[in-house]
Amino acid sequence: MAKKVNLNRVPMPKQEPEARAKSFSEVALGYTEEQAIEEASRCLQCPKPTCKEGCPVNVDIPEFVGAVAGRDMPEAVRILKSKNSLPGICGRVCPQEVQCEETCALAKKGAPVAIGRLERYVADWERGHPEVTGKQKEARASKNGKVAVVGSGPAGLTCAADLARLGYEVTILEALHVPGGVLTYGIPEFRLPKQIVQDEVDYVRWLGVEIKLNQVIGKIATADELLADGYDAVFLAPGAGAPMFLNIPGENLTNVYSANEFLTRTNLMKAYLFPEYDTPVKVGRRVAVFGGGNVAMDASRCALRLGAGEVDIIYRRSKVEMPARFEERENAEEEGVIFKLLTNPKCFMGDEQGRVRAVECYEMELGEPDESGRRRPIQKPGTEHIIDIDTAIVALGTKPNPIIPSTTPGLDLTRWGTIKTDEATGRTSKDRIWCGGDMATGAATVISAMGAGKRAAADIAAHLKGKS
Amino acid sequence: MYRILAKEDLSPDIHLFKVDAPGVAGKARAGQFVIVRGDERGERIPLTIADWDRDEGSVTVVFMEVGTTTRKLNCLSAGGSLLDFVGPLGQPTEIEKFGTVVCVAGGFAIATIVPIARAMKRAGNEVISIMGFRTRTLVFWEDKLRSVSDDLVVTTDDGSYGRKGLVTEPLKELLQSTKVGRVMAIGPTVMMKFCSLTTKPFGVKTIVSLNPIMVDGTGMCGCCRVSVGNETRFACVDGPDFDGHQVDWDLLMIRQRAYLDEEKESLSIWEEGCKEGTHRG
Ligand SMILES: Cc1cc2nc3c(=O)[nH]c(=O)nc-3n(C[C@H](O)[C@H](O)[C@H](O)COP(=O)(O)OP(=O)(O)OC[C@H]3O[C@@H](n4cnc5c(N)ncnc54)[C@H](O)[C@@H]3O)c2cc1C
Ligand SMILES: Cc1cc2nc3c(=O)[nH]c(=O)nc-3n(C[C@H](O)[C@H](O)[C@H](O)COP(=O)(O)OP(=O)(O)OC[C@H]3O[C@@H](n4cnc5c(N)ncnc54)[C@H](O)[C@@H]3O)c2cc1C
Ligand code: SF4
Ligand code: SF4
Ligand code: FES
Repeated sequence: MAKKVNLNRVPMPKQEPEARAKSFSEVALGYTEEQAIEEASRCLQCPKPTCKEGCPVNVDIPEFVGAVAGRDMPEAVRILKSKNSLPGICGRVCPQEVQCEETCALAKKGAPVAIGRLERYVADWERGHPEVTGKQKEARASKNGKVAVVGSGPAGLTCAADLARLGYEVTILEALHVPGGVLTYGIPEFRLPKQIVQDEVDYVRWLGVEIKLNQVIGKIATADELLADGYDAVFLAPGAGAPMFLNIPGENLTNVYSANEFLTRTNLMKAYLFPEYDTPVKVGRRVAVFGGGNVAMDASRCALRLGAGEVDIIYRRSKVEMPARFEERENAEEEGVIFKLLTNPKCFMGDEQGRVRAVECYEMELGEPDESGRRRPIQKPGTEHIIDIDTAIVALGTKPNPIIPSTTPGLDLTRWGTIKTDEATGRTSKDRIWCGGDMATGAATVISAMGAGKRAAADIAAHLKGKS
Repeated sequence: MYRILAKEDLSPDIHLFKVDAPGVAGKARAGQFVIVRGDERGERIPLTIADWDRDEGSVTVVFMEVGTTTRKLNCLSAGGSLLDFVGPLGQPTEIEKFGTVVCVAGGFAIATIVPIARAMKRAGNEVISIMGFRTRTLVFWEDKLRSVSDDLVVTTDDGSYGRKGLVTEPLKELLQSTKVGRVMAIGPTVMMKFCSLTTKPFGVKTIVSLNPIMVDGTGMCGCCRVSVGNETRFACVDGPDFDGHQVDWDLLMIRQRAYLDEEKESLSIWEEGCKEGTHRG
């Protein structure tokens, strides 16, 4: 290789922990132009770019990174958007360390190209240069057919955008009053500004997709009725939105939230601006968050920003088993979240007004590995102890919401309640109905949901073309 | 946007909106509800579907002014519009031939029990309705409920109209004198609780429509959890109708009061703004 290998990744500028722990504005500040070009110049432009294999939506990584290195931002935008309709989102929330950056040739040397940060830079550059978008609208083919997409999360948005590009008339039906799915109601503002989500949703609209809000499919119309009403195909992407609870005594006391409720109140309903906005949320002096995933990190960091004095993450295994991204764990710790590891709750205790006032916990130790390959946590007898709290947030994960499965006869389900789906095509057991995203896989990632949306769009198009 | 086609004041603080929402009207069934949001900064609140007209594409809701959101809703009038109107949500009321059905209602639920009584009557039941008010001046829809009932009893707390006393008294007498197949009790939580306590010794199945605080109304947040038969249920998807004899009423009332302080704060700010005329519209 002629080029000298540079192993100095350009770090991401961030707000200082003390400042950001009080504010909902974005933590990571993004590269400057010079930083982006410097980072992009580290790319080796491999003849066989392994990075691409790690990206579920096949972004042309060396091409767009090359354009950044060559200061041709409009070209970088074009390359990126031809494969990814939501680059500002992916650049911020993709777990790149296990996706594109893991398979980058420089990863072996411990310094993969910061593909996500560059993607974010390009998307943000475009936002600052609106004149560029105008030139990029592709010629619309004649209407090839009508497709209904249920849910406006990353799976639905991606499928809709790809089908619109292929000349289909696409309508997204969304249950909530704002599109975006978890991107809007779950992931907090300080990690993914809602304006960016709405700008990228607007791009999907601009491609010709119609988004109808306040439509709960299964209630206002069933999937079968959509097909009878003139849609040629239905793509189901309602996510896995139903919260799981601990099922321990006292869990229905007030101020015990599911992470979904806590985050929905905060992000979607903007409770952090109460009373200017009408929806309230409670955080007391001491908050306990149960779980060890990204959702637990988001909930605990929100609680800090809402003014909690102390926020504990209570997790039954040790730090190495935590499913949360390293970066998010680090952010949470820097901001002052306390990790109470190898600890598991037994019950909640309430005051005379029915508010949670404490949680009783056990200490745990790790035994043999279980089916997930992680060491199984075991209760240590006689280690019960009481932690005083005034808010609890249960972040154990989510499961599929039964509204659509229960109103769509003939749709086969797995034993986890997800819709049985062919991974390569998104086909379900039912003719003309496709599915993708968290509803097919169980809770996963933004980019895997987008990949599923993309594959389903291709298969729907192939299928409808065969018909016409 | 969902246009308000008509507004009616049923009593000083209970109001009716007829809303243009053809999709919801097409699917609405007795006992279901909608989630409404009035303005950009507004809260999502559930309101029971009080009536619908599939031809006209309209849905009627009736709300009582109790706090900021319902006060703000009352600032809207016919010709105005609601930002969001989602539904029909929840399970419809179980309608079957039970024989004699007693429909007990209080407060805003006088309006929402009408489609239930109507459906029960169409299913071949003898419907006896009991409606309770505080005082004579608050009485509304007596004729409407009468038109879908075989018999109707009106009570007022102060005796200024109809029978003096609470709805539970005529309910108890009916249970003593008649073979009742089912009781439907809808209204304020305490009223539903006491109706359930009244019917329990008679072993008559009593269905109540629970009204915990909700956010999405689609099973996504778990805010609406209630305990029925010692099991946690989500009222928005598993209900709102439940067996009143199985409901943990104390828990429901505790959870309904979760945001009392914030509600007071919000309302006082709103009222301040009303006085100064500085509302954001
Ligand atoms: C707090 C949190 C943080 C996360 N952080 C990350 C992260 O940093 N990186 C990452 O990659 N992943 C993250 N994830 C996971 C990721 O967000 C999801 O895997 C992804 O959003 C799934 O996409 P989806 O399109 O399948 O569904 P969703 O995003 O869940 O969208 C589904 C949409 O369908 C709508 N819907 C549901 N039912 C109906 C119906 N009956 N009719 C009409 N519409 C309906 C919903 O309202 C919703 O808008 C996070 C998840 C959470 C909860
Ligand atoms: C399924 C269901 C159907 C309902 N149908 C009707 C109806 O037809 N007519 C009617 O007048 N009322 C109905 N309610 C109650 C109505 O939703 C509340 O009165 C309303 O939300 C109060 O809002 P507010 O801001 O005016 O009052 P606030 O001052 O915020 O609260 C007053 C009280 O209302 C309750 N409440 C507050 N926020 C909510 C919320 N988001 N969801 C539910 N309850 C809340 C609380 O118990 C609170 O103490 C129903 C509730 C449910 C759950
Ligand atoms: S979309 Fe995600 S996985 Fe694909 S290249 Fe971009 S950051 Fe990497
Ligand atoms: S593998 Fe890494 S170095 Fe090679 S082209 Fe892809 S991003 Fe560049
Ligand atoms: S209101 Fe959110 S789950 Fe019922």
